[in-house]
Amino acid sequence: MSRLGKIARRSFLIGSVAVAGGVAFGTYSYRKPVENPLLQDLPDGHAAITPYVRIDATGITLITPRADLGQGAYSVQAALIAEELDVTLDQIRVDPGPPSPAYYNGKVAAEGFPLAATDDGFLARNGRAFGDVVAKLMGLQITGGSSTVADAFDKLRMAGAVARETLILAASQQSGVPRSRLTTRDGAVILPDGGTLSYVSLAPVAAGLDPVTDVTLRDPADWRYLGKAMQRLDIVAKSTGTQAYGIDMQLDGMVHATVRTNPRMGGEMRGYDARAAEKMRGVIKIVPIIGGAGVIADNTWRAFAAADAIDFDWGPAPYPATSDGMWEEVGASFTRDRRDSRFRNDGDVDAALKDAKMIEAEYRIPYLAHAPLEPMTATVLLKDGRLDIWTATQIPRFMEQAAADLTGLDVADIHLHVLAAGGSFGRRLEDDYVRQTIELAMAMEGTPVKMTWRREEDMTHDFPRTLQISRARGAVRDGKVAALDLKIAALSTTASQTARLNQPVPGPDVAIVAGAWDQPFAIPDYRVSGYRVPAMVPVSSWRSVGASGNGFLHDGFLDELIHAAGADPLAERIRLCWHAPSRKVLKAVGEMSDWGSDPGPDRGRGVAFTLSFGVPVAEVVEVTNTPDGIRIDKVFVAAEVGRVIDPVNFENQVMGGVIWGLGHAMNCELTYDDGLPEQTNFDAYEGMRLYQTPEIIVRGLENTGTVRGIGEPPVPPAAPALANAIFAATGQRIRELPLNKHIDFV
Amino acid sequence: MQLTVNGTTHTIDVEEDMPLLWVLRDELGLTGPKYGCGISQCGACTVHIDGEAVRSCSIAAADVWGSVTTIEGLGTPDALHAVQAAWVEHQVAQCGYCQSGQIMAAAALLTDTPDPNDAEIDDAMSANLCRCGTYPRIRAAVKTAAAKLRGT
Repeated sequence: MSRLGKIARRSFLIGSVAVAGGVAFGTYSYRKPVENPLLQDLPDGHAAITPYVRIDATGITLITPRADLGQGAYSVQAALIAEELDVTLDQIRVDPGPPSPAYYNGKVAAEGFPLAATDDGFLARNGRAFGDVVAKLMGLQITGGSSTVADAFDKLRMAGAVARETLILAASQQSGVPRSRLTTRDGAVILPDGGTLSYVSLAPVAAGLDPVTDVTLRDPADWRYLGKAMQRLDIVAKSTGTQAYGIDMQLDGMVHATVRTNPRMGGEMRGYDARAAEKMRGVIKIVPIIGGAGVIADNTWRAFAAADAIDFDWGPAPYPATSDGMWEEVGASFTRDRRDSRFRNDGDVDAALKDAKMIEAEYRIPYLAHAPLEPMTATVLLKDGRLDIWTATQIPRFMEQAAADLTGLDVADIHLHVLAAGGSFGRRLEDDYVRQTIELAMAMEGTPVKMTWRREEDMTHDFPRTLQISRARGAVRDGKVAALDLKIAALSTTASQTARLNQPVPGPDVAIVAGAWDQPFAIPDYRVSGYRVPAMVPVSSWRSVGASGNGFLHDGFLDELIHAAGADPLAERIRLCWHAPSRKVLKAVGEMSDWGSDPGPDRGRGVAFTLSFGVPVAEVVEVTNTPDGIRIDKVFVAAEVGRVIDPVNFENQVMGGVIWGLGHAMNCELTYDDGLPEQTNFDAYEGMRLYQTPEIIVRGLENTGTVRGIGEPPVPPAAPALANAIFAATGQRIRELPLNKHIDFV
Repeated sequence: MQLTVNGTTHTIDVEEDMPLLWVLRDELGLTGPKYGCGISQCGACTVHIDGEAVRSCSIAAADVWGSVTTIEGLGTPDALHAVQAAWVEHQVAQCGYCQSGQIMAAAALLTDTPDPNDAEIDDAMSANLCRCGTYPRIRAAVKTAAAKLRGT
């Protein structure tokens, strides 16, 4: 560990390389020679040819390797580079770049270790550095875990600064003016006489220079873009129907396709009868694929219709066939041999509960689909020993490897072109849809195949968020929360997901208890235990992952204890909270919502708090209990992110996270019968609609100085804040999601 | 059969029951209207037929009774429709996949109801699903577009 810690500090070695007619700049770390055998497979110089800034005769291109799933990642990555490079955002193009280990995500792997974000001790810091090194060695180019901004904040500004200073050096050599007398502005070096040398004109000179690496990042007080509202680079395209998503791919000679595999996920395909489908208009070919078959046709709708006409003989589900059977399995998992973790064990919970009046409750949350509005889709062309893939993905390098494995081609012959995603919420951390399309393309060599899933295929093959049961016990004393013992049983998201990526991770799964064990509360006797339910329906990361459900399990029961103690829900959370930035978040939301004032007749206010992905978030929900059901009136949100990079996008992400959390809590679940998900389209899986949307008031706090992402952290407190508000308005404590199983919504 | 889309008349050879969406996307190459559900639940495929907002995934090609306008025919990046300009101004889109449909629904609303109140906006826009949760900004953008179209 000590040597790895040393390596971790050797970040920001800088490279530049001549590219055709221009220059490219990158930052990369752990360059050879490093005495680590794991590095020996990393090709020499590989990082240097995959940079962040490329300047040639056609202009300036910023490489934004983290996927834009709607969260504005391309824009924020470009702004970080542009701030230091001194270019305006209308002078540059963005390009997601090729998959490369140079674009590893140093922050996402740290989420896999049981290190509380509030823990800044020696072990935690070393653990996080180790996460960074693991990510580097694995070339972990992943978009997820709200890590894009946290990972890119220094890295991309540094890339911009190095490029700027090297261009200044080039200008100095060309003009004979010393570097110290040159400045930059809007894509050009400014000479003392006011003349300009454009970056594009300087690129050929810069390409021959050693990059200038002794750069200083700008003082935030001098920022032109960061910290201010910027116009998203994709906003015009996304307002005019001209943004090209994966599903919009068009190529000469392209054919359209869809696939069907066993809707009992993981069940076998025993056979099929496609005689009727083969005769249907427009059908070009029916291709067996792993676990099912695909239809290739001249129109997507014809492919859909023919796929429907195939008579499949599906095998049974490799998991309990009904939701009742699944709940039974989860409920039976609170045993010693299924205990997965006990990362929180303060005081002596058993002793504390022995002599106290025990408060007990069981909570349940269901399987949930990601269901991004753009269904899974990919376009693949296999031609002359080269495979081209056009799709949206969060895992480009895993996908390349999967493609190489499937086709037998060398990774060098796989060309992945990453397109904008019509949402993801974690779904595009899987590559199943691309592997299926590759199988179709292999049967259609020389012809591009665009494969689109029907919504029903998407909903039945979603790799949902795990279902969970918690069993909680607690006690109160002298008007205060005194003891909390929380046991959570869930499927292992990490085990399920990393096994599919051929990167199995041993040891306890932090996701089972994330958002519960790591909360900054000083409850005297406080224990959180995770129990691993044996694999059932395969599961994956769903916006805010483990915390997405654990926020409800942890904060919901905490709210019960606070009410049992007769304490004020906000004041007691603040009293219990030892972490100063989290306390500020709670106080802020109290002030915003005028907590303590009379909410009015038939109205209730609920507060909830979850710290996830290093971001403490407190939310207050206000509801009215109308004769027709619960109406959500207002939501107040305070979040600590260290620094708000773009206030508009920040507010968008928070509002979206709140609506995501509330909508699914209101009315979404996947239930199973005969091994099949019973919800196969948006008629049975609605989420929130516009008429139900409350006013949402957002405040970003900037107290910690550590920059964090905001895509996921607003989700976990939304459901408990709503349930707590319903309790305040009605006296009804709902311990199961979705809430509409127990109460109506307007 | 013949179909007029964004002012151009096309002769197409498709089954009578092919949904308009797939005629637009796969036969005519107009990819602005999106496929999201295929059963009129999400609204991502919304287009206008003679100015009326219609779910193109659920209307058969043979049943199209008038001229079709898609998002591409409403306005372009260089010549934004007032609704699109409001969407840009308010930075509504996140993933953006539903926004073609949202914008077409809003444009139809404002043609019929130039000064909609909150309830009318809720009614007209609630059949369009947004998984990213852009609803607060959609509400604000509809109001901005309404004011602009009324010339106030």
